[in-house]
Amino acid sequence: MYKIVKKRYFTESVIEYVIEAPLVTRRCLPGQFVILRVDGDGERIPLTIADYDRERGLVTVLVQSVGYSTMKLAQKNQGDFVEDFAGPLGGHTDLSGFKSVLLVAGGIGSAVILPQAKNRRGAGFRTDAVLGARTAALLPYEDELRTAADNLVVVTDDGSTGGKGFVTDAVKRLIESGRKYDAALAVGSMPMMRAVSELTKIYGIYTLVSMNTIMVDGTGMCGCCRLTVGGEVKYACVDGPEFDGHAVDFDEAINRAAFYKHTERAHICRLTAAAK
Amino acid sequence: MSESMTRQKMREQPPEIRKRNFKEVALGFDGETAKIEAARCLNCKNARCVSGCPVGMNIPAFIDLIKRGDTAAAFLEIQKNNGLPGICGRVCPQEEQCERLCVRNNPNAGGAVSIGALERYAADFAAENRIEDTAVTQKNKFRVAVVGSGPAGLTVAGELAANGCAVTVFEAFHKPGGVLAYGIPEFRLPKALVQSETDALARLGVSIRTNVIIGKTISLEDLSAEYDAIFIGTGAGLPLFLSIPGENLNGVYSANEFLTRVNLMRAYEKDAATPVFVGKKVAVVGAGNVAMDAARTALRMGAEVCIVYRRSRAEMPARLDEIRHAEEEGVVFRFLTAPTEILGEGGYVSGMKCMKMRLGEPDRKGRKRPIPIEGGEYVLECDEVIVALGTSPNPIIRLSTDIIKFNPNGTIAVDENFRTSKARIYAAGDAVTGAATVILAMGNGKAAARAIIGDLENAAPRV
Repeated sequence: MYKIVKKRYFTESVIEYVIEAPLVTRRCLPGQFVILRVDGDGERIPLTIADYDRERGLVTVLVQSVGYSTMKLAQKNQGDFVEDFAGPLGGHTDLSGFKSVLLVAGGIGSAVILPQAKNRRGAGFRTDAVLGARTAALLPYEDELRTAADNLVVVTDDGSTGGKGFVTDAVKRLIESGRKYDAALAVGSMPMMRAVSELTKIYGIYTLVSMNTIMVDGTGMCGCCRLTVGGEVKYACVDGPEFDGHAVDFDEAINRAAFYKHTERAHICRLTAAAK
Repeated sequence: MSESMTRQKMREQPPEIRKRNFKEVALGFDGETAKIEAARCLNCKNARCVSGCPVGMNIPAFIDLIKRGDTAAAFLEIQKNNGLPGICGRVCPQEEQCERLCVRNNPNAGGAVSIGALERYAADFAAENRIEDTAVTQKNKFRVAVVGSGPAGLTVAGELAANGCAVTVFEAFHKPGGVLAYGIPEFRLPKALVQSETDALARLGVSIRTNVIIGKTISLEDLSAEYDAIFIGTGAGLPLFLSIPGENLNGVYSANEFLTRVNLMRAYEKDAATPVFVGKKVAVVGAGNVAMDAARTALRMGAEVCIVYRRSRAEMPARLDEIRHAEEEGVVFRFLTAPTEILGEGGYVSGMKCMKMRLGEPDRKGRKRPIPIEGGEYVLECDEVIVALGTSPNPIIRLSTDIIKFNPNGTIAVDENFRTSKARIYAAGDAVTGAATVILAMGNGKAAARAIIGDLENAAPRV
């Protein structure tokens, strides 16, 4: 059992959990993920590590409650326990070797780019960041990113804060204004990462994306998280989760991510009915 | 007691009933039948069956005890060599091992003694009557870490604990058992049995720590600094696919994934949190035990199921019992059929292109090589494909360390005593052999445990 020592709402459905898992913090690095199970009958949910505190043994994850299991997690409060919390899994983000990097996040993807912004500042590199979401309420860690990045551009689809538009519009403006980037890291929904990758390909900017595929075990056993990268089958849990965005077959990955959408809908109906 | 000439059969759930439930198919012997079967053993002086057992059980001895009606003693006799008899009695390929070498193994002698069924009978009797081997005292001579809680790891843990070592087992999943928990279905190996075997280890003083991925959570290097010895039994890893177009469509599963969803994550239960997709018509590709497990599981979830295999029935690697069970339950076998492409519609499987084959000359392994028949291409109607073609070793430790050596195929390199290239680190099971059987993993695990104890005692300072 793993204790939720802090729960913070960004919106009703975007929630930060700080979980006590000292063993996970021993070796974890930004970009890696954990597998969480809410209760004894729970699904194994992969979640990217947003932050960690090795001294206190705490791991932070940012979760958007969109499915049955993440909604069950949302019913847990500070001081409650989750059944399982295993990790760290997958490889960490590796932007070493790149001087000038553009970080791009959609919604809760901000949790993944924030540690990169902090690290790069610590290492003395200049970093630009773009943060986008549908609307102003869905921009977690905006303040933290503003402090960590040298230049943060915020955009929303509805223009409720920052500029109106998509992250790709902001990325394009930055590049066309003359900024030079050796690499980009794009983290968000798969369509968002595809759009950013298509754009950066035009400018020849190497782009890492974090592939949040469906997983079961998350430890290189079942093959559920497979995707095609550069014509080869790769496994997000052990080969990723980060891949060259210009080589990922996004059409296939987006189709695979939607495999259970019908089952999921029926499940959520039952959960919300039970809550009422 | 009447003496029977012919091999007794275990009771089974009738096919029409069992194909709609997940309860165990084989129901075991009752006391009467067990005694009749035990009496068939000729108690050979030079018992060949023993040499066919990877863990070297004294088979005539335990069967003799059953014959005399002392089943508790029979269980304790088995326990001397086999820590998981309830599991082995169910999943070992006895017909290729002990029973193959039985002198009664010919129709004139009524068929081999049913050693596996008797082993299972003794184990189930012991579980029902709570008979435990309590002779062990924990001395904590050495601290040993066991990586993975599958058949190899559990065997090593049991052997070492019985020899006075303090053992900690590290399991990556939330539940111990490895393939016994995620792979082999409930109807063939009840999960309560796996639980009782791991509980028995806990009583021996073995500590099992779930949610720890060695190579990730704790490095092998750190582990070797903390423990006197390490045993690695990480088992099979990533599934092999066919490398044909369409394999990443929704509705194509590896057998590992399909079985994990159903077994470990209990997706067969109503309202399970973990979903599993079950089509109307499921094609299972492969012909080993895992393919049979996947086919019979899909059948129980309500699908029409066929097995697609490019050779013929004679070449199938699955156990005969598994093939028979699948046939009885209504799984259709399409032999001499090789998939060439999985077809999709709207991102989901809509059919599978197959090629009819014939058998040619034997290959290097002696199995007849399948050859495509010209013009033999056709589309098999199906909306789900489960690929059961085996696995490659789990890559996590290999990718995280360079202190031990690996073979080019990714398996861990070991010597004849299961020592890796690094002193005091040992490995066995599928991580070493590639995908094999539960009992082979146990047999090799046992040998590894002997090497561990021997090496540690030789190296320990004399008191």
